Amino acid sequence: MNVAALIATAAQVVMVVAGAPLLVGLMRQTRARLEGRAGAGVAQPWRDLRKLLRRAPATPTGTGWAFGLAPLLLAGTSLVLAAVVPLLTTASPLDRAADLFAIVGLLALGTVTLALAALDTGTAFGGMGASREMTILALVEPTILVAVFALSARVGSTNLAQIVTTTLQDPLRVASPASLLAAAALVIVVIAETGRLPVDNPATHLELTMIHEAMILEYAGRDLALVELAASMRLTVLLGLLSSLFLPWGIAGAGLGALPLALAAFVAKVAVLAVGLSAAEVFIAKLRLFRVPELLAGSFVLAVLAVASSFFLA
Amino acid sequence: MTDISYPLYLDLAAGVFLLTAVGVLWRQQLAAMIRLFALQGAALAAIVAILGIHQHDVELVLVALGLGVLRTGALPYLARRALGNSPAETRETRPVVNVAASLLAAAALTLLAYAVTRPLVALSPSPATAILPAAVAVVLIGFFILVTRRRALSQVIGFLLLDNGITATAFLAAAGVPLIVELGVSFDLLLVVLVLQVLTTRLRTAFGSSDLDELRELHD
Repeated sequence: MNVAALIATAAQVVMVVAGAPLLVGLMRQTRARLEGRAGAGVAQPWRDLRKLLRRAPATPTGTGWAFGLAPLLLAGTSLVLAAVVPLLTTASPLDRAADLFAIVGLLALGTVTLALAALDTGTAFGGMGASREMTILALVEPTILVAVFALSARVGSTNLAQIVTTTLQDPLRVASPASLLAAAALVIVVIAETGRLPVDNPATHLELTMIHEAMILEYAGRDLALVELAASMRLTVLLGLLSSLFLPWGIAGAGLGALPLALAAFVAKVAVLAVGLSAAEVFIAKLRLFRVPELLAGSFVLAVLAVASSFFLA
Repeated sequence: MTDISYPLYLDLAAGVFLLTAVGVLWRQQLAAMIRLFALQGAALAAIVAILGIHQHDVELVLVALGLGVLRTGALPYLARRALGNSPAETRETRPVVNVAASLLAAAALTLLAYAVTRPLVALSPSPATAILPAAVAVVLIGFFILVTRRRALSQVIGFLLLDNGITATAFLAAAGVPLIVELGVSFDLLLVVLVLQVLTTRLRTAFGSSDLDELRELHD
């Protein structure tokens, strides 16, 4: 474990924490502009967070430890994810933990704690949101694991840094059918995991079909700020993960010299992905809840095809 | 086209070929199914053209051109005309197997195609035979669409998918069929679509919908 890698990883964590609300702001601003509204500005999520952080959290009567623990655990897993995933550098000191299965486990841990907290409140909305989130998680998990299998089969390792390095050495791999299919499957999975439009509507508080917002309805003050920050960090890390797996150019190795370039490349890639995602969201409506399994079954098929093609084209 | 990039282009075309078949299974809008079918015809023509350019075979390139005109132009055009304008007819509303289950079935069929074609691929491993499983998978998916859809038009598209898969299998496994056979098959296909177009129109005037389940009972 050397100093350069530590600095690079620290820079990565700071960048994700500071940049995540700005990313959400960018997505909202893009959407607002495309809809012909002025928008609140890119920094509005940070202003919201500052306002929420000044307020005391309120705990509903009768809730137990799950409700209090969830924001901390969600934020904690998001921080670990931000440190582990190779966004700026492949030489992270946590390299041994940067296993795709471990990352999927961390993501699921955050989701499950939030669902438990929602059940803990005992409200109708909380229970509904939790059950929906679990349905989606149960359908998303196999897709992620199969897509991961397709990506790791050609490298021979599920270590993220190794996958990224191999792709950097052989850029034509990205254009192979296995990689393209896995990319399409993972994009759908990321949309479902982060509660973006065809699956969940992030802009509403008052809709019977909401999922994420239904789970965090009872949070207030600092706790809400933590949950919101963690949700935006997960979005940033997942978009960063997509860009690292399929567009890995610019990621630095062990040295510190390439770090500024890596930072610029990361910001550009994630911003392009986010603007594209929110621009696409303008044109689509939310799917009915009962049609979400169709979408996720489709992404599962894409992942299976990715695995199949990585074998029969090998 | 260099020899190094030849497998890459072939793989990409085969990927699009298989993906459009899954897309036809996924979408319920008949217009979208026709668009995907046209895209698949383009992918098939691309596969044949790539094979022809690689083997420096002018006849194959010409066949590819003909395939492209027939399967991205003529057949989708005829299918779209059979679609008509009535709003009740634009969706495949109640397939026999629901969409999520049929997508999972498509995944299973692809794996089956891979397992079945392994001995064939092992006979002469080459970039062309390596994508044989994709072609066989399209045959199976086309057959699946044919048996699980109710609308006449989506059954036609299933049939055309089946034929796309058979054509691709022929070109990949046997380096093409004689030109006269390919021409015969193409005319056959055109006639089938024309006949089915007439059938769809008659069905719609007789029953008000093109649901083939209406044909179960005999009337005088």
